Amino acid sequence: MDLNYSAEDEAFRAQVREFLAANLPPDLRHKVRHHLRLGKEDYVRWHKIAAAQGWAAPGWPVEYGGTGWNAVQRHIWDEECALAGAPQILPFGVNMVAPVIMAFGSAGQKAHYLPRILNCDDWWCQGYSEPGAGSDLASLTTTAVRDETGEHYIVNGQKTWTTLAQHADMIFCLVRTDPAARKQDGISFLLIDMKSPGITVRPITMLDEEHEVNEVFFDNVRVPVANLVGRENEGWTYAKFLLGHERTGIAGVGRSKRELGFLKALAAKQCVSDGTLLDDPLFAARVAQVEIELMALEVTVLRTIAREDKGPGPEASLLKIKGTEVQQLLTELMLDAAGPAALPFDADYLEGRHEHAAGGDAASDHAPLAAYYFNYRKTSIYGGSNEIQKNIIARMILGL
Amino acid sequence: MDFELKEEQRQLADALRRWIERDYTFETRRKIVHSPSGTSTQAWNTMVELGLTALPVPEAQGGFGGSAVDMFVVMQELGRGLVVEPYFPTVLGARILQLAGGQEELLQRVAAGQAKLACAFGEAQSRHDLSDIATKMTGPADAPAVSGVKTGVEGGGQADCFIVSARGHGGQRDRDGIALLLVEEDTTGLVIRDGRTIDGRRTAGVTFDHAPATLLAGPGDAWPLLEAAADYGAALLCAESVGVMDALFAATLDYVKTRKQFGVPIGSFQALQHRMADMFIHLEQARSMAMLAAVKVDSADAEERRRVVSAAKARVGEAGRFVGQQAVQLHGGMGVTDELPAAHWFKRLTAIGVTLGDVDYHVRRFAGLEGFRVAG
Repeated sequence: MDLNYSAEDEAFRAQVREFLAANLPPDLRHKVRHHLRLGKEDYVRWHKIAAAQGWAAPGWPVEYGGTGWNAVQRHIWDEECALAGAPQILPFGVNMVAPVIMAFGSAGQKAHYLPRILNCDDWWCQGYSEPGAGSDLASLTTTAVRDETGEHYIVNGQKTWTTLAQHADMIFCLVRTDPAARKQDGISFLLIDMKSPGITVRPITMLDEEHEVNEVFFDNVRVPVANLVGRENEGWTYAKFLLGHERTGIAGVGRSKRELGFLKALAAKQCVSDGTLLDDPLFAARVAQVEIELMALEVTVLRTIAREDKGPGPEASLLKIKGTEVQQLLTELMLDAAGPAALPFDADYLEGRHEHAAGGDAASDHAPLAAYYFNYRKTSIYGGSNEIQKNIIARMILGL
Repeated sequence: MDFELKEEQRQLADALRRWIERDYTFETRRKIVHSPSGTSTQAWNTMVELGLTALPVPEAQGGFGGSAVDMFVVMQELGRGLVVEPYFPTVLGARILQLAGGQEELLQRVAAGQAKLACAFGEAQSRHDLSDIATKMTGPADAPAVSGVKTGVEGGGQADCFIVSARGHGGQRDRDGIALLLVEEDTTGLVIRDGRTIDGRRTAGVTFDHAPATLLAGPGDAWPLLEAAADYGAALLCAESVGVMDALFAATLDYVKTRKQFGVPIGSFQALQHRMADMFIHLEQARSMAMLAAVKVDSADAEERRRVVSAAKARVGEAGRFVGQQAVQLHGGMGVTDELPAAHWFKRLTAIGVTLGDVDYHVRRFAGLEGFRVAG
């Protein structure tokens, strides 16, 4: 047993740090570290910087423009990016639709989409969830019926919780192509141009008043049959393949480490009766317990990575549950540390239009924290709720 | 990075598990626990034959110079089998002897299985604070003696030698004034009251009255040794806990799959499935921390050692309590009887939880470390 990074790993980490120090724009870093909101241009800018270095898609095979890094290197890259305060490279293109296109797409689809995903020329969103099909994904009812010429599907229905669809050029959708079949058997995987006539995007405003997700309506949308990935009615297989592709990054260890540092800095600035909040035994104990949980999670992630060839499998459910619990606890402690100073809500400040939040200079660190706390309530619900993840552990790992 | 055990470690684990399954069954263990001595010479001799006593002792003293990771493997298996022989206090004592230097002959006897050790660190008032010592060291350094009352001395009734913490000078919690001494079991001035603990182990109260002793480490030197040894012990208890939890979890999983209520296995109820998933998560997080502690407890960086060991003991302790309590709950009425092995794994987890620092103690220690206050 040896839980240390090798000298090569450490050299790689130094290389990544050097790249981030030289190339991560300070304004982006500031936004991320201070929980301000990122716009489309922020995400695209960072994605293109990483792409120019050849590092935008670390998990892809080299032949498609991936890095050829092993799982430990990919983990180090994720961790260092998060610690530095880099915007996330959004998963919808790089980590979700691309692996499906690589594994099941046509030569034409690969040649067209993959380079564009790599370079963030298209913004992708995911059309899985529907109002009646959340965790029970296979209940989806959006239909795709071939027209009389057989060259187009006509798509009708509604998707929901579609993250950042307002920016999207493309959406990958699960659609029902055989209503008569068993519910998992009649589903297909379609790539749809968001500019197609008949698509309407309606914002959903979340607890923190952010426009992060949307409803997407399809009203007789014509989609070329060439945009079908793989075979008709086999989309469920591809969706499951994608879920199996979920990486250990789901735990968000790097980001939580950054937030733990932020939390401690914040608590060390709060004066309580005799000392700072970080000296307060009750608060310090709560922080210590999250830090310990995060240490344990990191080792659990590394144990998973060490079995690289086997992939995370159902153990990813454990990482999702624990990762989101730690994230939520951290946002909760930040809220508690800021106290009433977290309550002012200033959308202009959150979106970078003011340098300081309403309420003045000193509040600028704190004002986003209530919003951040509210925003993070989503994490135990999305991506398969934590209850669904427990069902998966019970069924797949424990055999119950 | 490598989380796999080496081939020899796997073989050792297999050998131990075979021995326990064959000769240290639950019924055999029960007879041992309820025998007058509460331990088994036969079991001890087998453990010696399997090389367990030699494992942690340096090669120069006839041991195998095993690492904390080797010990992790052993402790896991002893935990699974709920072995009650006084192995842990002997290993902890040997650790102190090693850290203090000298005592080669005694270490040789330990390696050969001829000497059992007991660590007399606790006192009635000290709870988890090993620096809280009223027992006195008296006499000159070349012929010291010990006077005082030690409590909760595991294996004290079976020990050939005691390692005793005593106060050379200073106030009751003054770390600088602490000394570590060796006291032979057959010397004058010793009264040993042997008894049993709730988890089937042997414990003793020991009164030292001007008992002649040998100085292992004097005031100024002893505390760092005592603290390092206690951390080593805590790391070993984490490993043992994981073994206990593994066994308890497997038994509980088996139970909920077979026990029927309302015409179906109780494991088909979602409320119970989620409870099992929560136990699984606790167990895996605890396993991660126990591994980390085994790897880092030998670290030359004392601050890093304290950080990791306290984190591990706290996290494993939390898991032990959750897994233990839920296992009993899921076993229903059977779970609260003394008949089931599950009850005994639960009792062992509980005992480990309050040995060498409980969850609160270690969370407080973790939060008190210098590094905790350094904001990222």
